[in-house]
Amino acid sequence: MQLLFWLLTLLTLGSAVMVVYSKNPVHSILWLIVTFFGISGHYVLLNAQFLAIVNIIVYAGAIMVLFLFVVMLMNLNMTSVGIKNKWLTFAGVISGGSLMLILVAALKDASEMRSQLAMHTGDIGLINNLGMVLFKDYVLPFEISSVLFLSAMVGAVLIGKKSENELVNQ
Amino acid sequence: MTINHYVFLSVALFCIGIIGVLTRRNMIIIFMCVELMLNAVNLLLVAFSKMHYLAAAARDAATTAGTDAQLFVFFIMVVAAAEVSVGLAIIVMLYRNTHSVDINFLNRLKH
Repeated sequence: MQLLFWLLTLLTLGSAVMVVYSKNPVHSILWLIVTFFGISGHYVLLNAQFLAIVNIIVYAGAIMVLFLFVVMLMNLNMTSVGIKNKWLTFAGVISGGSLMLILVAALKDASEMRSQLAMHTGDIGLINNLGMVLFKDYVLPFEISSVLFLSAMVGAVLIGKKSENELVNQ
Repeated sequence: MTINHYVFLSVALFCIGIIGVLTRRNMIIIFMCVELMLNAVNLLLVAFSKMHYLAAAARDAATTAGTDAQLFVFFIMVVAAAEVSVGLAIIVMLYRNTHSVDINFLNRLKH
C-alpha cells in the first residue's frame, strides 16, 4: 500500500512537471491525462471510487478531448513563438518554489497532521452513500448545475461562432 | 499514510500549476495549469474528507460524515467542465482575431 502510494505520487508529480516542461502543446495535453490518471489512482486508494470514475470520465475523457480538439483543429501545435525571456522563467520558478517552501514550512508542524488515514475502509466514497446524499440534501444545487451547463453551452456557442460581418466578408 | 503526505502532494501539484501559469506564454498551457491546480485542491478535499470520516467513525460506526466534501469535489468537477467550455471558446475567438495564442500579444488590450 505504501509502495503504491509512492508510485502514484511519482507518476502524478513527474507528469505534472512534464505538462509544464513540454514544448509541444499536444504532448502537454497527453501528460496532463497521465496526471489525471495518477490522481484517480489516489482517489481509489482513499476508497473514493465514485470520484475516481468521474475524474477519469469527465477530466481525462471529456475535458482533455476538448483541449485536443481545439489544439488540433486550430493547428496550434507549432513550437513556441515570440521572444523567450529567461529572467521571466527564472522569476516564475523562484516565486512558485518559495510559495511551496512557505506552505510546507507552515504546515509541517501542525498537530492534526499526524493523524493516520486508513485506506480501503469506510463506505462514504461509494456511489450508494453519495447518491443518497446528492439526491436528498443537494438536489437543488444539482438541478441548478444543469442551468449552469445550459448557459455555458449557449455562451460557448455565442463566443465561438463567427460574427456577422465576418460572414458577410467571406 | 498520514494526512500530511496528501497535504504535501497537493501543495506540490498546486505549485507546479502556479509555476506553469507564471512561466509559460501559451494560453492553452496556462489554462491546463489552472486545471492542474483545481485537481490539487480536489485531492486535498478528498483526503480531508477521509480524515473527518475516520475521526467521526471512532465515535459512531455508522456515520456518514465526510460525504459533503466528496460532493463538493463532484460539484467542482461540474463547474470546471462548464468553465473549460467557455474558456476554450474565448481562446478560439482570440486566436481568430490575433492569429496567435501567445499571451504577449494580448498587451494590446491595454491600449
